[in-house]
Amino acid sequence: MRTITYAAAIAEAIAEEMERDGQVFLIGEDIGEAGGVFGVTKGLHARFGPDRVLDTPISEEAIAGAAVGAALLGGRPVVEIMFSDFATLAMDMIVNQAAKTHYMTGGRLTAPVTLRLVTGTAGATAAQHSQSLEAWFAHTPGLKCVAPSTPADAKALMKAAIRDPDPVCVFEHKQLYFSKGEVPDEVEPLPLGQARSAREGGDVTIVSWLKTVQESIRAAEQLAEEGVSVEVLDARSLVPFDREGLRSSLEKTGRLLIVHEAPQRGGFGAEVAAIAAEECFDLLQAPVVRVCGTNTPMPYAPELEAFVIPDAARIADGVRRLVGAEVRS
Amino acid sequence: MSTSDLEPERLLGMYRDMLLIRRFEERAAELRMAGLIPGFLHPYIGQEAVAVGVCAALGPGAALTSTHRGHGHMLARGASPARMYAELYARRDGYNRAKGGSLHMIDTELGFLGANGIVGGGIPLATGAGLQLKRSGVRAVAVSFFGDGATNEGAFHESLNLASLWKLPVLYVCENNLYGEFTRQDRHQTVKDVAVRASSYEMPGVIADGNDVLDVHRVADAAVERALEGGGPTLIEAKTYRHRGHYEGDMGAYRPPDEVAEWLARDPILTFGARLVAEHVVDQDALDAVAREVEETLEEAAAFAAASPHPLPEEALEDVYAESYEGAALR
Repeated sequence: MRTITYAAAIAEAIAEEMERDGQVFLIGEDIGEAGGVFGVTKGLHARFGPDRVLDTPISEEAIAGAAVGAALLGGRPVVEIMFSDFATLAMDMIVNQAAKTHYMTGGRLTAPVTLRLVTGTAGATAAQHSQSLEAWFAHTPGLKCVAPSTPADAKALMKAAIRDPDPVCVFEHKQLYFSKGEVPDEVEPLPLGQARSAREGGDVTIVSWLKTVQESIRAAEQLAEEGVSVEVLDARSLVPFDREGLRSSLEKTGRLLIVHEAPQRGGFGAEVAAIAAEECFDLLQAPVVRVCGTNTPMPYAPELEAFVIPDAARIADGVRRLVGAEVRS
Repeated sequence: MSTSDLEPERLLGMYRDMLLIRRFEERAAELRMAGLIPGFLHPYIGQEAVAVGVCAALGPGAALTSTHRGHGHMLARGASPARMYAELYARRDGYNRAKGGSLHMIDTELGFLGANGIVGGGIPLATGAGLQLKRSGVRAVAVSFFGDGATNEGAFHESLNLASLWKLPVLYVCENNLYGEFTRQDRHQTVKDVAVRASSYEMPGVIADGNDVLDVHRVADAAVERALEGGGPTLIEAKTYRHRGHYEGDMGAYRPPDEVAEWLARDPILTFGARLVAEHVVDQDALDAVAREVEETLEEAAAFAAASPHPLPEEALEDVYAESYEGAALR
């Protein structure tokens, strides 16, 4: 077992998949010699050469489209969308083309493309470089969506995404890139649709993904001192979503808090709440609570940004509301 | 290119392919009026020489993307009219098993990667297909058909830039039929010749008479050769005209009658047939025999479609994913 960063884990996954399958190639802006703005693909250009690590012009639609077109003929492209906000410039290729290829061709064609969507705030990155857009993609039939929070999961899910025959969106949180965690020496692809219990507990279940998993764990540690036992379920995969995992956890706790950085309204947390209401109503002892990003664009000032994004204190208050304890802030 | 440059059989084959497209579309319009075809139809009538001229220049292994007006490209590449009608009829034996219809038809065996419901949507895909052909060392080209309207989309400019930069083996074939949907070309772009847009990307921009199948063939041949020799992409502008509205049911009131009459007089099939007879390539009897054969083929194709089963409603839940999971389409 080694301790490496989330970014290094992603790079390892990509490199191992490139070694395994000559059809895997990378395409994106500044990912080659420069190694990407967050350095995730550093070293891959030197190792695999310019024919497999393709630096592109700033042309998101052509990048995504070229990847999808290559995938239709057997390529296994991995696209880096430098900031997931820029996926807006490639939405036709992602939503109208890749997502629908298999369906509208009656299953005769597939578009196995991996889209790496660099997500969330990096700290004062403001409204056009900080968005968490996973709900848009999760809403689109034909796409699969994963959102790892640890280096080990990032590696295992990246490998699964690259091998998947369907288009897979991998949401990578910028502030997780330099976080470290243990990663086994040999990592197998993790089947999509499996949540992970990041912390066991019996009173309340928190469902989260990406960076707010860490904040949720911090909140859980704080609450343990108050005698509240919190289970943190890291969804890891949004489409497919682990309904059974949610149900098993609610069987223990009967209370659900959903946490994500994306704005609350129409966020993927609303889907999780609906699943709980439709399928786990018998288990719920209290109304579902959401602690999510505010329904605002991401502001620039650090104190404004901190107000918008859920932190451990706000999450802990959400739990207190659920268990009828006194709310602190 | 003159008729003496090609074998009479090939010339007659081009005539046959154009006539097949024309009659396929005319019959489709009738079948739609009769209530047998439920969705949109954007007839290719009038532009047949472009699809046939380009496809005549393609070898095996070529990959093609098309448009909302895609039946002609698919037929010119050799697709089955029966399976195409079955798809238009929304039946199980259709090319897309009744999941796509006119706007999304594919034939993977022919490298036909699909018509496309999004204007310009096929252009980046063909660029990617060209990239994959080049990466794989396959000696073949990718072709993207699109209209004058699509050349105002970012997808067009981004793709041409990328293909030029990477010297991808792609033919960008603009069928300039003078209208982007209902809007005349001089009201949607200031350039008269779309071909000049190639100069921004340092690639050849060549103009063909899109109503002359041999002229289109000549230009496409040169572009294929250039692409296969590593010279990179070419933008071809084929000047042509659609005889009917943007879609079946559009009466085209936005087009002056004298303009329509002028282009109808330059019908690519009638003029080519007359030329083949005048230049003694074939006689009128040969053309008549081709016409009869085309009618028989289409009669059988429509019968095949009519006999094909409807999909079961539950089939709507299939094919969302290649590797699916429980409840994928319902929960």
